Amino acid sequence: MGKISIHEWFSKKQKEKQQQNSSSEKLNIPDNLWIKCVSCKTALYAKELKENLNVCPKCGYHFKLSALERINLLIDGGSFKELSPTLKATDFLGFFDSKPYAKRIEDAILKSSLNEAIVIGEGLIENIKTSLGVMEFSFMGGSMGSGVGEKFTRMIEHSIENKIPAVVVTASGGARMQEGIMSLMQMAKVSAALGRLRETGLPYIVVLTDPTTGGTTASFAMLGDIQIAEPEALIGFAGPRVIEQTIRQKLPKKFQRSEFLLEHGMIDLICERKNLKGTLSKILKFFVE
Amino acid sequence: MKQNFDEIKNLLPFESHLKDLFKKIEELKKLSEKEEVNLEEEIRMVRKRIDAMRQDIFSKLTPLQVVQVARFIMRPTTLDYISLIFEDFIELHGDRNFSDDAAIVAGIAKLDGRSVVVIGHQKGHTTKELIARNFGMANPEGYRKALRIMRMAVRANKPIISLIDTSGAYPGLGAEERGQAEAIAKNLREMAVFTVPFISIITGEGGSGGALGIAMGNRVLMMEYSIYSVISPEGCASILFRDATRAPEAAKASKITAKDLLEFRVIDEIIKEPVGGAHNNYKEAAANVKAAILKHLNEISNFSSRELVADRYNKYRNMGIFVE
Repeated sequence: MGKISIHEWFSKKQKEKQQQNSSSEKLNIPDNLWIKCVSCKTALYAKELKENLNVCPKCGYHFKLSALERINLLIDGGSFKELSPTLKATDFLGFFDSKPYAKRIEDAILKSSLNEAIVIGEGLIENIKTSLGVMEFSFMGGSMGSGVGEKFTRMIEHSIENKIPAVVVTASGGARMQEGIMSLMQMAKVSAALGRLRETGLPYIVVLTDPTTGGTTASFAMLGDIQIAEPEALIGFAGPRVIEQTIRQKLPKKFQRSEFLLEHGMIDLICERKNLKGTLSKILKFFVE
Repeated sequence: MKQNFDEIKNLLPFESHLKDLFKKIEELKKLSEKEEVNLEEEIRMVRKRIDAMRQDIFSKLTPLQVVQVARFIMRPTTLDYISLIFEDFIELHGDRNFSDDAAIVAGIAKLDGRSVVVIGHQKGHTTKELIARNFGMANPEGYRKALRIMRMAVRANKPIISLIDTSGAYPGLGAEERGQAEAIAKNLREMAVFTVPFISIITGEGGSGGALGIAMGNRVLMMEYSIYSVISPEGCASILFRDATRAPEAAKASKITAKDLLEFRVIDEIIKEPVGGAHNNYKEAAANVKAAILKHLNEISNFSSRELVADRYNKYRNMGIFVE
């Protein structure tokens, strides 16, 4: 065997890895027939995955659900009435990074067929009338700007007016930087709405899904009377990269994952997707019956 | 109190060309001592010239230059303001759960004879002080201490004054373990329903959730050269532009200066700073802050508890720009 330096060995390994990755991506992407599980790397039939609520049948990894899929999962058939469906963000700062915010909004609307990163409405969860907000991560990373803040607030106000519980399913990278300070102010706004809801005694339930970070976590995502999380969801205030840079050490395994939060007393329970509706309805019954 | 500091050493990068004028003053002083001549008038003239130039420089600061002023190590800190504005300050410590966070100070004090609670982020003027205060970046226990003492103000029916100066809540491992997000979120929800007058002043850096976590006043005021933002210009540039060196652009685009925020009605008033920024005259800066606090406190002090809550709720309820 010819001698190679450690450095060469690493770069060779890295090259091999890159080649593997690119070829497997090529296999997966074309018509979405096959999807490789992010966690256990098993190749899964897209159809099979879908039928299993986007949960890997092999290892239980929870893939993301779209807002509409989530509503279908949780709300009794045909009972969902959407509120404020036409509410949209607007580029009031004239902000542009790699593309103008106005264009970003447009693209996100086209891509997701939604007008904002949260869908709100009213529906039945096993016959219990509930306000529901579901975030859409594919819409600009589920970021909270004026639109999301306003819709969430209206959802809570709908609960107060109709004396019904409120449930939110989060998936968000945090505040929408393209709206500057106004996105920070949404944290105040949504929390104020929850302060009001709390005084009515109506329950507010949070379902944390992967990922929920930043300003969303530091406002409505952490204020539930009951905090439920899907398994292995990333949940935190600062992003792991920022923390690593700050403390200059490697983060522990499973840091900021649901299981870590449970261990540290930050959430009430972890619930697999297949049991989510049943669990929610039991919790809601505790409050409303 | 850091008042008589070295003016030449403490020039901001964008006013370094004033160095020669300051040197001239020193020379004149030396000369007048040596030759025993009165050069007061000459010195006064140079001073006047410096002030005029400074006024001109500060009237045209770019947003990133304002950031430099807001972060300047000699800028008055919360404890500086407390000693100059309030009397009989008694600092109160600890969150009763985990520890006492030195990045946030809190206590009871008198403001013009009236009892108040005052809280604020604490930075420092030296590296040593900054380290002791974790650079003004609070951990969850800091927010929990603030909440404990603000709630006490509510029970005692006393106004709350909060002074904001932080680059943000501390992004550390322990902070996550102990629920940084929950601590801030709870503060926001609780502050919204406080039944006492509550005034918040951004004195230096208003860094995102870490700032907002003690800043939900009925009135929010900003010092002329302070900033208030959802993310630092550097953070914004590195995330959105994928290039931290584009911070000047990010600072401009994000609208983080007092003037911008007044336009968006996120704040209620801008507090004037002395020529060349608050660090050049602590007394004048503090007097301006005090006058502004008293003015706004007087305006809302005859509100009933219910009116105070409604006033605050409506303030934040109406924030946001969207289309429908």
